Parts: sequence; structure tokens; C-alpha cells
Amino acid sequence: MFDKEKIESIKTKKEEWDCGPVEKVCAKFPERRPTFTTISGEEVERLYTPTDIADFDYDLKLGFPGEYPFTRGVQPTMYRGRLWTMRQYAGFGTARETNERYRYLLQQGQTGLSVAFDLPTQSGYDSDHQLSMGEVGKVGVAIDSIDDMRVLFDQIPLDKVTTSMTINAPATVLLAMYLALAEEQNVPYNKVGGTVQNDILKEIICRGQYIYPPLPSMRLTVDLIKYCYEHVPTWNTISISGYHIREAGSTAAQEMAFTIANGISYVQACVDAGMEVDSFGPRLSFFFNAFTNVLEEVAKFRAGRRYWAKIMKERFGAKNPRSMMMRYHVQTGGVTLTAQQPLNNIVRVALQTLATAYGGAQSLHTNSFDEALCLPTEEAVTVALRTQQIVAEESGAADSIDPLAGSYYVEAMTDRIEDEIHEYIKKIDAMGGTLKAIDEGYIQREIQDSAYRFQKEIESNERIYVGINKYIMEEPPPTNLLKVDPKQQEIETKKLKKLRAERDQKAWKAALDGLDKVSRTDENVMSAVIEAVKAQATVGEICDVWRNIWGEYRPKEFV
Amino acid sequence: MTAKKRIKVIMAKPGLDGHDRGAKLLARVFAEAGMEVVYTGLRQTPEMIVEAALQEDADVVGLSSLSGVHNYFFPRVVELLKEKGLHDVLVVGGGIIPDEDIAGLKKAGVAAVFGPGTRTDEIIKFIKDNISGS
Repeated sequence: MFDKEKIESIKTKKEEWDCGPVEKVCAKFPERRPTFTTISGEEVERLYTPTDIADFDYDLKLGFPGEYPFTRGVQPTMYRGRLWTMRQYAGFGTARETNERYRYLLQQGQTGLSVAFDLPTQSGYDSDHQLSMGEVGKVGVAIDSIDDMRVLFDQIPLDKVTTSMTINAPATVLLAMYLALAEEQNVPYNKVGGTVQNDILKEIICRGQYIYPPLPSMRLTVDLIKYCYEHVPTWNTISISGYHIREAGSTAAQEMAFTIANGISYVQACVDAGMEVDSFGPRLSFFFNAFTNVLEEVAKFRAGRRYWAKIMKERFGAKNPRSMMMRYHVQTGGVTLTAQQPLNNIVRVALQTLATAYGGAQSLHTNSFDEALCLPTEEAVTVALRTQQIVAEESGAADSIDPLAGSYYVEAMTDRIEDEIHEYIKKIDAMGGTLKAIDEGYIQREIQDSAYRFQKEIESNERIYVGINKYIMEEPPPTNLLKVDPKQQEIETKKLKKLRAERDQKAWKAALDGLDKVSRTDENVMSAVIEAVKAQATVGEICDVWRNIWGEYRPKEFV
Repeated sequence: MTAKKRIKVIMAKPGLDGHDRGAKLLARVFAEAGMEVVYTGLRQTPEMIVEAALQEDADVVGLSSLSGVHNYFFPRVVELLKEKGLHDVLVVGGGIIPDEDIAGLKKAGVAAVFGPGTRTDEIIKFIKDNISGS
């Protein structure tokens, strides 16, 4: 970008500036801190100049939107063509209540659905299971059988919306229910669009909703990917997630690095199962966090896109550019929200939304300001959605593609984060891959160390958090919180009892036996799962088939 | 006898909630403060937690919940501890717990509830000031 002579001259002038005016001012008015760092602990310079990106090669590093290495975005026109999908994650209580919230959100201009399941569903237990006590309908909707799924999507045509489902260990089961429901609505599989999270590795690393040991879990992941390639071509088969890694305490660079490491494992597993990288590569998607430090987040997204493109092209030999595109959903940072002075969270979310827009995401969930207190109320969800709409329609952030490119700061930070990602990938490769690195507790410890460092910084006031360690106010306890009916489990248990008594026992048993048989071979389980859900087998019953074959995962704890 | 026994803490995640950043962080901070800490891992039933407290001869049980199940789990743990005769075990809780639930939890025998943003030294001080025999 600059010739050598020019760089040298800028370097000299910068030194003069540092030793001259800067030193003089600092002697009288010292800077606020000895060093400045991002929320991830990346040191930030006083001033960035062309010398920080002296070797910058535009074609190699950036290229053009929609072209390799996709640093500037995955589509040629980005948000000038179509805004990102505004997709609020929602679900609570019964399928009926959640269906009402979905239809409300669609009326308000939301463009995609995102299903939050309760923890029993996510862990593969029915609502009447002993371990479901107290959890039914709490953090998401309770889905036991296809009957609940039918109510969840009542009056929502499955060829008109796309649906993202946060479901991992039992992803095959919930996708099977969705497909069976599409059939009932006469929507062909190739008109069904959406995403299942289906990312078991990050469950094991940090999110905790695992069921089976890693290897059979990965088999289910691969079966789903393969089935969709053959039958549901527009389904995003996995959402490789850094979101929860970041929530667990990682830095921005670690979030991207460990997510890409997991991505490499999934691609390798599919290749090992005999699939062509370009057959499934275009349907892989990602899911990231966005914190409040706008520039660091933008750099993270750009670095991740560039690095993933290289991995797919160079390491896995992908030929189809679509396989190289890191397409991703973003959710604003849950852990960045404070229970103190909760309205301040609206501002945090707005900045995080801006970072997401500048970063080039494909879809976004904005958190509601009351989420450090409870599930969001309708009012809070509306403000969160409006925040996206204001950034999209008023701020101008969506009008020019990758507008922060060329900033000395952003390019230098992008390079630095990419280097950090690369170092982690090298280290994990040397350990023998993510499964080994997880088994040894390496990834978990790296994340926990970052979480610990952050907490210490807050408690020593090295890092300021408004309402937590500065600008603290006495405030009355918050009111108007959303309550989930504690009778939920009773309601669901009654429904299950009826279902179990009234369904066609013969068909039900035959379907579960069929699933058991297929699962003991190398054949793809998906068709058998679809048969089972059609025969009204429950999530818990289907997951039990596999528990009996594969056992349950018990992690080592690394504290 | 020998020097004063170290405070022993069971850190537990009741229910199916997988958010254990806080529990793990506190386990580390408590250990640094000289306590002996056992982290149970995820998916603990009240019975499992109380069994751990009994086996480990714990002084403190720390319960962490972010999925809204505290009103069921926390009182149940206190109740089972009492059934086992562990009347002196200090039970403290944390996580996403609405203010309006705190009074009920305290009435049920939970000594303190620490919400998001609490300083860790505040929690340590509370434990040191409130365990029996100190």
C-alpha cells in the first residue's frame, strides 16, 4: 500500500512525535492508564499508522466482497442487497405460548425464527423424567413429541420462514420433527430452510448439554450433515459455535480459534466418512458472540473469515468458493449485560449490533436489556429488535461494505488476531486435534484462565465496568420480570401420559426397534429417526435408544 | 489438636444447567483464599450434592443456577442436609436469581444469595464470617 521509503519516513516522523509532543504532554498530564487493552487483553497502541501494516497486500489480505479470502464479506453486495436476518432467539413455557411470541415477532418485522428449547429437551429427557424436575419450560420451550412441534409452528408456513434451532446432542431428533411437520404442511424438503446447531464439541468444552461420548456424538453430527446434503439441500447442517466459548470467558481470538479448531474436526470427520468437501462445505455455518469493544469484534470477524477460507482451500482442498465462506450468525454478549442499572444494557447491545454490522454477519440476535435478571419480557424483546432496525436503517452501517477496511488499527488488529488463531490451530494440531486437546483439558483451561483474568481485572478496577465497579447507584429491585408458570411440568406430564396411552403402540415399537437396529450399523440414522418421530416416539425415548447403545458421557472436570 | 481445619466447600451445579463459568471461577478463587474446594460438575440432583457434602465433611455448599430452578433446588438441598443431620453446613447460592425470590430462599435456610456482579472477596468474607465454629 505504501512504498518502503514512505514507510521509513512515517516511522521517523512518528518517533519524533512520540519523543516530542507526546512526551511533553504526558509529563504534565499522564495518560489514564500505563497500558490500554481491549476487553480481551490485546494491547492497544496510542496511534496506528501505515507502519503497523507495512507489508499490507490488498489482494492477498482483503480482495473483494464475495471473493476469496472473503475478508470483506461473503456476498458481493452484502447489506446493500439484503439486510442481515434479524433473528431473535425465543422460547419459554409451552409450545402454545412460544408460538404466540413467534407470531408476534414475525408481525414486528422479524425475518427468521430461532427456537430456544428447555434444558430437558436439550439434554434428551422427556418432561416427566426425574432429572427434568424444575427445568420444564424454564429457559426454552418444552418439546417432547411431534405433537408439541405441531403447536409450536401453528399457522407458520415452513416454506415461508427459516428456522434456527439451538439443539445439539438431540439435533437429529428435532430436525426429524421439523421435517415430518414440513411433510404434514405439504412443503417439500428442498423448500425447507434453517439451521440446527448440531455442535457437540463446544457442548463438551463449555456449554454442558452433551449426552453421549464424543465419538458416537460425532457420528450423529456427520449423519445429519450427510442426510441433509442428500435430501434437504438448503438446510444449514451445523452452526459451529464460538458464542458459548466466549460466554465461558475466552478472549475474542480464542473464541475464533477454538471454533475454527472444532470446525476442522467436523470437516475432517465428514471427509473421513467418505464425503467430498465441496458436497457439505457450503452448508456449514458458524455462530459468534459480539462484545462491546467494536473494533476488536470487527477485526475478529474479518480475521476468522480470512483464516477459515484458507483452511478450507489449502488444508481441505475445497474448490467451490461457497465451501470457503464463513457464514455466521451473531448473538450479542449475554455476559456483557449487567443486572445493575439494566437499561444501560440497551446501549451495550447497540454497540455490539454496530460491531456485528461492520463485521459482516448474516444474521443477528440482540439480547434484551433484562436478560441478566430473567427471560426477556415482550417490551424488552421489542427494544432489542428495534435496536437492530435502527442500526440497519438509520446509522448507515449497512450502506457500504466492510467500511472499516483500511483503518490502520482495524487491519493491524485483524492481522494480529489471525496470527493468534494460527498459533492455537498449530498447537491443537500438534496435540492431535480438538478431541485430544479437550480430553487433556487444554481448551477448557485456556478459557477458564481468561475468565479468571477478566474477573481479577474487574475486582482490581484495572478494567471499568459501568454499574459494577464505577458509577454505582442504589436502585430499587427490578419489577415487571417475566415469570414462567411453575405448573409447567405438571401440564407436560399430563400430555405425555395421554400420548403414551393413545399412540399406535405397534408402529411406535417397530419404529424404535428399527432405530435401534440401524444405530448399531454404520448406516445413516436420519430416516429411522424421522420414522420414529412420526410414530410419536418422544425425544427422551429416542435418546434412550442411543443411551442404551453408547452410554453417557461423563467429563473430567478441570478447575 | 492440629492447626485450625481448612474451610471445605462443595461447589455444585444442580439440575441440567450447563453454565459453570461462575462455579468454576469461584472454585478457583476459594482455593486461593485457602479453602479446600470440591467441584461436583454438572447435572447434580439434590441427593448427589448432599451425599458429596456428607462424604467430604463439608462446611459450605455453594449452589449455582442460571436456569431458573433455584426455587426448587436450593430449598431441597437444605432440607436433605437437615435430614442427614448436617445442620451446620452453610448453604449459599448464586446465579440468575430475581430479588423477589431471595426472601423465600433465605427463609428456606439458604444463608445468602449472590447475584451477577458480586465481588468474589465479598463472598469469601461472608463464608469466613458465617461458618459455624468461627
